Amino acid sequence: MAEMSVELVAVERRLWSGQASFVVAQTTEGEIGIMPSHEPMLGQLVEGGVVKVTTTAGETVTAAVHGGFLSVTAERVSVLAESAELGEEVDVEAARAALTDDDEVERERATAKLRAAGQSV
Amino acid sequence: MAQLRELRSKIRSTKNIGKITKAMELIATSRISKAQARVEAARPYASEITEVLSALATASSNLDHPLLVEREPVRRVAVLVVTSDKGLCGGYNANVLRATEELLSLLREQGKDPQLYVIGGKGLNYYTFRGRELAGSWTGFSQQPHYENAAEVGETLVDAFLAGGDDEGGTEGPDGVLGVDELHIVYTEFRSMLTQTPVAKRMAPLEVEYTDGEDGAAEAGGGVAPAYDFEPNAEALLGALLPKYINTRIFAALLESAASELAAQRNAMKAASDNASELVETYTRLANQARQAQITQEISEIVGGVDALAAVGSDD
Repeated sequence: MAEMSVELVAVERRLWSGQASFVVAQTTEGEIGIMPSHEPMLGQLVEGGVVKVTTTAGETVTAAVHGGFLSVTAERVSVLAESAELGEEVDVEAARAALTDDDEVERERATAKLRAAGQSV
Repeated sequence: MAQLRELRSKIRSTKNIGKITKAMELIATSRISKAQARVEAARPYASEITEVLSALATASSNLDHPLLVEREPVRRVAVLVVTSDKGLCGGYNANVLRATEELLSLLREQGKDPQLYVIGGKGLNYYTFRGRELAGSWTGFSQQPHYENAAEVGETLVDAFLAGGDDEGGTEGPDGVLGVDELHIVYTEFRSMLTQTPVAKRMAPLEVEYTDGEDGAAEAGGGVAPAYDFEPNAEALLGALLPKYINTRIFAALLESAASELAAQRNAMKAASDNASELVETYTRLANQARQAQITQEISEIVGGVDALAAVGSDD
């Protein structure tokens, strides 16, 4: 099966990297699915988006991504984010609490985190 | 000769100081590796964003974003100084501040008016004590900077930069921001555990380097540089990316400075511990001498007393 190398990079650390067969992300223009040998592309991701990566082993890695960019070349996909969190690392309770925050950006982030963690919002 | 009692209390207090400095040395040592790890961890993002930016610059036809264009004439410039919040780190702050002063006088010679932005309590104290006006200051995160801190600083600076230095005199223009035409940063580069050097760099406008086609193609693995598709368009992306790039530069500088600060602190505390143990040794010698002298004196007094008694006894 065709594969591409995917990197999820946040400012303070590298979140995840590995081989994958499918990546889904939301750019400011809309949702986009990327498979290997996709046309080279640069996109700006929406604030409070969720990136979903299907690895070659068939597992799914989800991450909540805030304020980021997506760079795609034929064999590489990199997701750059100001801050990002893997779905399995999300503190669900804290995120639920943040849902009622006054700040709209905080609310969006919390929603994204919960979605990445597989919770319904 | 000093009293034995005095010497003993000196030895005791010096030993206590030595214990404290030793503890600080150990704490700094354990934190350095963490700080270095954070510098390493931040590197992938920095290299990725540089890559994306250069791809964008290659593909985008006109590079006329304000952050990329040299301004003429340059009136005001912003200088961001990264110092530590706490002292006890040897010449760390003094070196940064000296480098800053050099940069400031250089800028003034070029007829530019420097505005100071300071990070860290030590730098803030230095300038407020001298009655200098600061355009902005941030404290409380010198040892463990987070990206949010860098983003906050970056936002202020980029805002000032985009406002431009064309406001008349020293007053704020209609946009309410005292703008600048250039951004400089002074921070400490972490060379090794023993060497940290202050460096001054210009952050904006960014210098655009044009590489000729062959080099570019060679770097891309011999293939043709990929023709990128942009979402939204290249100009909007460039506008969104460049401020983030500045933030990344500031964040990297903060991390390097934190590592340098800890290394400087470790060296200073190691020197202090060494000095303390040396002092203890000297004092112990002096105390021993005083003790021996005391004993000798006592013996001679006893012998003298016995002699005197014997002399009195022989008279009877």
